[in-house]
Amino acid sequence: MTDTSETGPVLAADGTPLKRSLQRALRAQKIRALALIAPLLLFVLLTFIAPIADMLFRSVENEIVSETLPRTVIALQDYSGEETPGEDVFAALYTDLAIATEFKTHTRLGSRLNYEQTGISSLFRKTGRRVKRFATDAYTDQFVALDAAWENPATWVALMAEQDARSALPETASAYAGWTSIVLDDNDDPATEQPADFVYTALYRELAANPDVGAVLENPLLTTAAAAVPDFETVDIRAQFLDVEEDWADTDVWKTIKAFSPNYTPGYFLAAVDLQQTVDGVQQQPEDQRVYMMLFKRTMFMSLAIMASCVLLGYPIAFLLANLSLRTSNLLMILVLLPFWTSLLVRTSAWKVLLQQQGVINDILVWIGLVDDANRLIMMNNQFGTIVAMTHILLPFMILPLYSVMKTIPVTYVRAAKSLGATNWTAFWRVYFPQSVPGIGAGCILVFILAIGYYITPELVGGTTGTFISNRIAYHISSSLNWGLAAALGTILLAVVLLLYWVYDKIVGIDNVSLG
Amino acid sequence: MKLTYSILATSMIALSAGAVSAADMTVVSWGGAYSASQQKAYHEPYMAANPDVNIINDESSPEAVAKLRAMNEAGNITWDLVDVEAADAIRLCDEGLAMEIDHDAVLAAAPDGTSASDDFGDMIVSECFIPQIVFSTTFGYRTDQLAEGTAAPKGACDIFDLETYPGKRGLNKQPIANLEWALLCDGVAYEDVYDALETDEGQARAFAKLDTIKDQTLWWSASAEPIQWLADGEVFMASAYNGRLFSAIVEQEQPIGMAWDWQMFDLDGWVVPAGLPAEREAAVMTYLNFATDTQRLADQAKYISYGPARASSAPLVSTHADLGIEMAPHMPTDPNNTEHTFVNNYEWWADYRDDLDAKFQAWLAQ
Repeated sequence: MTDTSETGPVLAADGTPLKRSLQRALRAQKIRALALIAPLLLFVLLTFIAPIADMLFRSVENEIVSETLPRTVIALQDYSGEETPGEDVFAALYTDLAIATEFKTHTRLGSRLNYEQTGISSLFRKTGRRVKRFATDAYTDQFVALDAAWENPATWVALMAEQDARSALPETASAYAGWTSIVLDDNDDPATEQPADFVYTALYRELAANPDVGAVLENPLLTTAAAAVPDFETVDIRAQFLDVEEDWADTDVWKTIKAFSPNYTPGYFLAAVDLQQTVDGVQQQPEDQRVYMMLFKRTMFMSLAIMASCVLLGYPIAFLLANLSLRTSNLLMILVLLPFWTSLLVRTSAWKVLLQQQGVINDILVWIGLVDDANRLIMMNNQFGTIVAMTHILLPFMILPLYSVMKTIPVTYVRAAKSLGATNWTAFWRVYFPQSVPGIGAGCILVFILAIGYYITPELVGGTTGTFISNRIAYHISSSLNWGLAAALGTILLAVVLLLYWVYDKIVGIDNVSLG
Repeated sequence: MKLTYSILATSMIALSAGAVSAADMTVVSWGGAYSASQQKAYHEPYMAANPDVNIINDESSPEAVAKLRAMNEAGNITWDLVDVEAADAIRLCDEGLAMEIDHDAVLAAAPDGTSASDDFGDMIVSECFIPQIVFSTTFGYRTDQLAEGTAAPKGACDIFDLETYPGKRGLNKQPIANLEWALLCDGVAYEDVYDALETDEGQARAFAKLDTIKDQTLWWSASAEPIQWLADGEVFMASAYNGRLFSAIVEQEQPIGMAWDWQMFDLDGWVVPAGLPAEREAAVMTYLNFATDTQRLADQAKYISYGPARASSAPLVSTHADLGIEMAPHMPTDPNNTEHTFVNNYEWWADYRDDLDAKFQAWLAQ
């Protein structure tokens, strides 16, 4: 393709190169088309795509750990997981938890980490209740006893206003900033309140580690304090934590915190395929906790079974509808559509009445003597029940596309085949059926995609063996509040559907799908 | 209908006046007979005494936890007061979605002067939770399916006795309660149950006990299901909430009997969503002070067979509002029904729920 001939570019009537002129005309057309669909596009983006994207994003989002325990996460960077971390990590955790408790985010973090390791939820809850009453008030008292100025909020405001002091005492500055945010959140003024114990604790730790700070900063108050600090009575923060709950000595707790400290985590996706993330890498869940792969397989298998039974039942009906006189076919069509217009719940409940052991079908079978009263058939609360009820519910989605495609197949083709000597079966199989394949394709895609995400019918008639992955997603959304796992399961489901769609396109070709 | 009319009427007046005259308060509850009992015992007398308050009933309690989280994230709290089970209250409190309450400051003291926190006592299982009723998960059985000469089932352990009581069973599709019953009926002492459930052996033992009845058990997820199964004769015996069993037995006269032994106590009560504007919060607190006082809690028991959560309300429980029968014998807290009772350990379940739920689901699917 080239827009130049030997005499130069092809020109339009007004002298501009034809290519550019054409592009301009096309661009105008595109903009007009875009403007026309803009309202709908915006609506769909805002109310459909954006919420779904937001929800799916939760499957990897894990900012809660580094937001709630920022200092601990940094302190844990070099943690190997072999033994309980040292005093530095516990001191960082103390500051983080003291702040988190005020904002009540520690319990939320506890629930988050409890998904990964049982017991962390109560560990955080118990510690949160006690963290304010840690013996670290000894530091506050000792600073104040040394110089009453330490009690004065103005001392702190002045100290923390200096850039040099902040960079020389980073931990103290960060603890003070955390404390300020608490005070401001309560609508109080940090300039009139005495800092909390954890700020004094941070100062003590830094002065003890670095006694020259006062001299460097030329701050007499700090110099005196730094000189006095070695004689302070010390508080073992680690012991304070272990005193609340011995589990803080458990390396598994720390490994979990470390493993889930990054802002994004594959943890939910791993859990969704029965794996788990540990410090030692990805491992399989214990056998008695593997649920999801089995549920995915079951969902796929049952959706395929429902799709197949819809084809088997729907094809003859659609054939009949397409080949009867308009009057009769209209009447039959209403019979197809009537259940379609009935509430899903009503239809599912009706199936419960029919299928249960004391239900209509069993009663009739017992009455005519086909089934013994003591051995009534179990047709519900299992896969059979789900397949029957869902096939009935989804049947119109198969019949309608089939019907509209069959309507367009000219009767003359079959007649021609027969006049050329084909048997009824050959005429149907070689001439009619291939032309109805686009309808089967459309119906199958519709039914399968609807089935794979079904929730309410399996919940009501599926029992334990006939439920789908969507039932677990609903459970995690509304009961366990593990939205991350629900999002991961949902994302996988979406990916599977898209993958199958792609496979279908490769095998059958999406052009071969017709809704009429 | 009355409520609809009053809402319609108030909104018409509000529209015609061009301003909202009555302050709306949205109270979320479980619907059905339970909401009706709250409407009669709490809402109606309160609105009569405070014509400027208009209480709107919402029946979203089954989805309350998820919806409160969504509202919190959207920063738009449309509910004022929510009725939830204790376990959910703890979870909402943990998530920072419910407000912490100073019980003695907000709630009325008992008539004899006992402070609210003493009157409710152990029922206050979370700082955010204002207890309202005690209900229990207990057992119902078909009296007409009982073989002649067989003693009626007494309670939880009979569900595992397939020889004496053949037939289908119905149990709740969750690990809570079922695992405890399994261990208790397998001979574990009451006080050791949760210690045992913490260990792998204990869990295996509980599942092994449940294995013995697995193929005879239907699992319910909606609380109306076991009642329906019992009424249809689908199951011989099922666990269910005692209030629903009461209404099936007494109000609808179904051939169902109660088996109270080892009933599992549970609590239901109010939480206030976190982040309410000050004005609405104050209105809710005024309402709570009224609706959870000694007389009001006792009044609710006229309409539904759930025990009031206040100790001081128990002596005031009287007769059923329509049927005129004594309510006390139908209460889970009645001495005749409490030979063995089990109190759910909420703290423990808050930790182990995720873990055991995965195991329970895997077990169910096997």
